[in-house]
Amino acid sequence: MKQALALAGALLAASIAQAAPLGLPEVPVPADNPQSEAKVSLGDKLFHDTRFSSTGEVSCSTCHDRAKGFTDHLPVSEGINQLTGTRNAPTVINAAYMQTQFWDGREPDLEGQSKQPPLNPIEMGLPDYEPILKVVRTDPDYAAQFKAVFGKQGDDITIDHVAKAIAAFERTIIAGNSAFDRYQYGGEKDALNEQELRGRNIFLTKGRCVSCHVIEQTQALFTDNRFHNIGVGFKKIRGKEGETAAEFLKGKRAGANVDVTVLTAENMSELGRFAATENMSAVGAFKTPTLRNVAATAPYMHDGSLKTLMDVIEFYDLGGRELKTDPFSPFLSGGIRPLDLTEEEENDLLAFLLALTSPEYLHLVKETVPEGDHHEKH
Amino acid sequence: MKNIDRREFLKRSGALLAASTLPVSMVELAFGKNNEQNFSFAFISDSHITHIKGNRFVRNWDHGLSRAVAEANLLDPKPDFVFYGGDIAQLGKPEEIDHGLEILSALKQKTHYVMGEHDYYVDLGDYWRKQLGPDYYSFDHKGVHFVVLNSILTWEDWMHGKWDSGMDRMRQMARLDNPKGQPFMVGDAQRKWLADDLARVSKDTPVVVLSHSPLQKIYKGWNFWTEDAEQVQALLKPFKKVTVLYGHVHQIQYNQIGNISFHAAMATAWPWPYPSSYSQKETFLPKLTVEMNRADPFFERDATGWQFVNMATGNIDVHYQLPNNSKRVVAFNEKAGRPEDARYQAGKDRIPPQGHY
Repeated sequence: MKQALALAGALLAASIAQAAPLGLPEVPVPADNPQSEAKVSLGDKLFHDTRFSSTGEVSCSTCHDRAKGFTDHLPVSEGINQLTGTRNAPTVINAAYMQTQFWDGREPDLEGQSKQPPLNPIEMGLPDYEPILKVVRTDPDYAAQFKAVFGKQGDDITIDHVAKAIAAFERTIIAGNSAFDRYQYGGEKDALNEQELRGRNIFLTKGRCVSCHVIEQTQALFTDNRFHNIGVGFKKIRGKEGETAAEFLKGKRAGANVDVTVLTAENMSELGRFAATENMSAVGAFKTPTLRNVAATAPYMHDGSLKTLMDVIEFYDLGGRELKTDPFSPFLSGGIRPLDLTEEEENDLLAFLLALTSPEYLHLVKETVPEGDHHEKH
Repeated sequence: MKNIDRREFLKRSGALLAASTLPVSMVELAFGKNNEQNFSFAFISDSHITHIKGNRFVRNWDHGLSRAVAEANLLDPKPDFVFYGGDIAQLGKPEEIDHGLEILSALKQKTHYVMGEHDYYVDLGDYWRKQLGPDYYSFDHKGVHFVVLNSILTWEDWMHGKWDSGMDRMRQMARLDNPKGQPFMVGDAQRKWLADDLARVSKDTPVVVLSHSPLQKIYKGWNFWTEDAEQVQALLKPFKKVTVLYGHVHQIQYNQIGNISFHAAMATAWPWPYPSSYSQKETFLPKLTVEMNRADPFFERDATGWQFVNMATGNIDVHYQLPNNSKRVVAFNEKAGRPEDARYQAGKDRIPPQGHY
């Protein structure tokens, strides 16, 4: 009987699982949180519920807005009372494929990720999960849905059920099938134009992009799921890395919440992956984001400091600097070095990055490839 | 608050306070009962700064060194000093030595230097000594006797033979598997000096020796080798606790011979494969060593790094700092009487090294 139920469950899960779009693998789903239609729709509702913030104005979707490519198009996100943090909201699109969550990877999965913003004083500002649990336990719609999805009601509903439902919803926000995918994996040799093909070549060779933004034989996640110091934000803690790291550790040992610290303290935010691992070689290292739909999610980098993709290309062209006169960070990852791209090569690369956009987000793309001499190298 | 609670509370807050001053990535062992004698030092080695032309140097090696320096400056509490294990330069050029020293000048602590063969053979160490002083010396620090040797000398005839230029001699010595290569050695004069130096040190004083080449014989073709290693070991034998730290091999190695513990440093420049995995010829790679896996060729800093060394209990534990990789700790195991990898020593826990290339 038990086996039959499990089998039925598996069949159900398989039937609602979306076929992976062109260029992407099947979405990894944890064994203890199988997908179901009811769970996804519950997660969708939770994702958009503003009651889960202290002011009643902020939901997950405030910073991860579908109409803005599941970001907020702000340099750094705005939580309750227009409070701002230190980091750019990463898109939820294809976040399901990431091996870690947050820019510093401090949570291993989507379930863990969604539990932090509600309690962060500059995001949703709740003192604890009680206000959320009160809503989901007493609101009749939620009560019915939690009963149907998890078989739980009243006090048996916990924040982990909320997190699981949100994660299940997020696992449906995937997008491939870009012009690049149709060329690379769909056999459509004319899906990319000449300039985009030249850009693809720069991406794979002189631009060194593919070293971290990985393209494989059958799929492309455009991330290596690793952490690299590429020089962004370096100027903020330059020469103060030692004190900043020591101060951070002192706070952490005394019980400070890492999530709160890295989103509120500007200097400590720049420690990056170090905040999660305490490994000295991870100072200033941040997770490689995917490049899928990157043109729909400006501005860029962990601190939102670069406005356009062309700014990003020029940043890499200068070996991890905004200006030629800026110093290099000693913590820079090995692969980051001046690229010596020509103006034409930069334009081509930009054209290729625009071609990584899925059809459903094409309308969000604002950046265009400069023609001829309109774009001048810094 | 009941008395017992209060005591418990004070105990806990005390623990919290102690924890808050823990150093970055470092757990300090107790130095017997005398905690003040505990200290640590950083150990950076083998940067191989390479001059291209004019003001241009190989960027990758520059970065390896400046990264190690920046990371060493993060240590908290601060190390008492820094050792540099040799091979600042690739071909011993003054430009390379000066450029390397400029990067090293960002270190916040005093640095002690060891001569490497890449620093030496172009001018038999003249420029290095002009900038840094003697290439063998000793000093005492918090009850530990430190000795630095120049272990990369070779036969007098060869060094002073007829060469077209110093650079010609340098290039011969810089090659691995060179049939014209010569074995490294400490030599008679330095061994005499060492015997005199050690004669003044009591036998229960912990002794730490730094050399560029291993003061043990591992693989001759790559000069993972010191020809008079046994004679040097014999001079160290009367001491209770002896540790030899060396560079040159660009990989994690550790070993115990009698009373002497051996530890190698990672390079900041590039990794060498283990001779056993590379060569069909005989190697004497220490059995205690747990090999690293093969470096990831797509990741430029992989299998490079630096280390800091805890001087505790008179023996040492070496903490390898490896960019984008798990840290490795090789610590002296009192019970076994030898250094061991803290994590990978047990056979079943090991990641099998990749044998083919």
